[in-house]
Amino acid sequence: MLQGSPRSETGGALSIRSVGKVYDPGGDHVVALEQFSLEIPSGQFCAVVGPSGCGKTTLLNMLAGFESPTSGEIVMDDEILAGAGKRLAPGADRMVVFQQGALFPWKTVLWNVTCGPVLQGRLSPDRAEADARAMLARVGLEGIEHQYPGELSAGMLRRVEIVRALLIEPKILLLDEPFRALDALTKSVMHECLLELYDLTRKTVFFVTHDLEEAIFLADRVVAMTARPGRIKKMIKVDLPRPRDYRIVSSERFGQLKREAVDAIYDEAKKAFEAGEREFA
Amino acid sequence: MILAAPQTWQMALGFGLFVGIWYLTSAVLKLPRFEKIPDPLGVLIEWLSWNPIYGLSIFTPDYYKHIGYSIYRAFTAFVLAVALGVPLGLFMGWSPLFRRFTFPLVELIRPIPPLAWVPFAILLLPGTEWAVIFVTFIAAFFAMVLNSLLGARSIDPVYFRAAQCLGFRPWDVFIHVVVPGALPFVFTGLQLAMGLSWFALVAGEMIAGRYGLGFMIFEGYSLAQYRNIIIGMGTLGLLGYASSAGVRMLGRRMMIWRERQLGGGAE
Repeated sequence: MLQGSPRSETGGALSIRSVGKVYDPGGDHVVALEQFSLEIPSGQFCAVVGPSGCGKTTLLNMLAGFESPTSGEIVMDDEILAGAGKRLAPGADRMVVFQQGALFPWKTVLWNVTCGPVLQGRLSPDRAEADARAMLARVGLEGIEHQYPGELSAGMLRRVEIVRALLIEPKILLLDEPFRALDALTKSVMHECLLELYDLTRKTVFFVTHDLEEAIFLADRVVAMTARPGRIKKMIKVDLPRPRDYRIVSSERFGQLKREAVDAIYDEAKKAFEAGEREFA
Repeated sequence: MILAAPQTWQMALGFGLFVGIWYLTSAVLKLPRFEKIPDPLGVLIEWLSWNPIYGLSIFTPDYYKHIGYSIYRAFTAFVLAVALGVPLGLFMGWSPLFRRFTFPLVELIRPIPPLAWVPFAILLLPGTEWAVIFVTFIAAFFAMVLNSLLGARSIDPVYFRAAQCLGFRPWDVFIHVVVPGALPFVFTGLQLAMGLSWFALVAGEMIAGRYGLGFMIFEGYSLAQYRNIIIGMGTLGLLGYASSAGVRMLGRRMMIWRERQLGGGAE
């Protein structure tokens, strides 16, 4: 395992205080989130799991600044990011890795990963390029700097995207089911790759997924959510040692944690499924 | 071998049939209503003659004067239309506020046919030269505005979100997201605008020109020099084809990222 020195303390402690979100399309009162509170200390890897429609992506969008909550507030390092009906614009302090991928297809890989720091004027293009090459090499992507995203495989794209997110040095990294579309093998390679980068930088990570095993393998803490309206069903502290590799999945402790999580989430998945059935009936 | 390719023979057959039927109807059978149509052989001889009967062939300076004027007008109008229409359209697509101000106006003015602008253009602009260019410009301009607008609106919102997260300033977003993202549509607009330019140009020249291919065709008709009509039409066909090919080449250069994605730019 590669050992990098953790960078200086960059903050990124997140406090979500009784946040609620109500959508009202055409008068339908849809409660996506209700009285949701969560504290994420600086540097923690926090995974949120829940059935589809439980409001986990809504929560991530509010953290990123794409949407504002209907009630409650979100605070990062004593700065109010969002309150009822208002929010700070999205910024480089809260970087999102999007579910469907958002590398600019009309720019080269190098431009994509260096544009943040360069356009902000934080790094010179040369310096940014050196950093980018180093980090791309760490995740096994050498010599693709001048290719376009359309020429890369799905797994490579996800790695490039994570490298891009880390190079702008956000305080918190927000990942929205980033490995959803990948095959199982690529997915497990991606998990180790993400963990390696996490061990290197120790950013606060907010990771949304519906895959329990993924959540346990990656996170320090797994937050299981209820079906709509989204509330916290159970918090599971993952005490598996770091650095982790794929062998840990077959350990006894992993199995225990998984059973605990499945018990918590099964009822909710069933509820969500039945609610979905009703909606379409 | 390109000569052995079936496409080449099929193309040649198409051309041959077209010219053959034309020759039959106009020169051999002399069908009613076709007797005044110049036959292809006569046109070709006239076109390539050192000493043309009606004064226009590839060896006469006047022929090139007509071509030169038409190219100059079409090109000027096209460049102006692109230079003004693309930024306007992109900005309309990008900014909802700006769109609400301008879109209804554009939609009201756009359906006015270019030729309806001729008297207005003559009143507004000094000399008929700029009036013809203006009419040509109008046709190309709206094609550029509309396609650029659609192009900007076609961009997946996720790229705008990513740009915000990456700390782009509005100008960075415009240059690095809106412009390249809209490029495929802008490119379609270029092809459309090029065709529309020629279309409006010839009509404008027929009404208000003193030189140019449109004028040449119309004069050929007025003076009963019918071969010149066909020469003018043929020349327009060639110029139109060449300019479209030029635009396509430009488009390929602008969008390398798409070429590579689609697999090497094979036709």
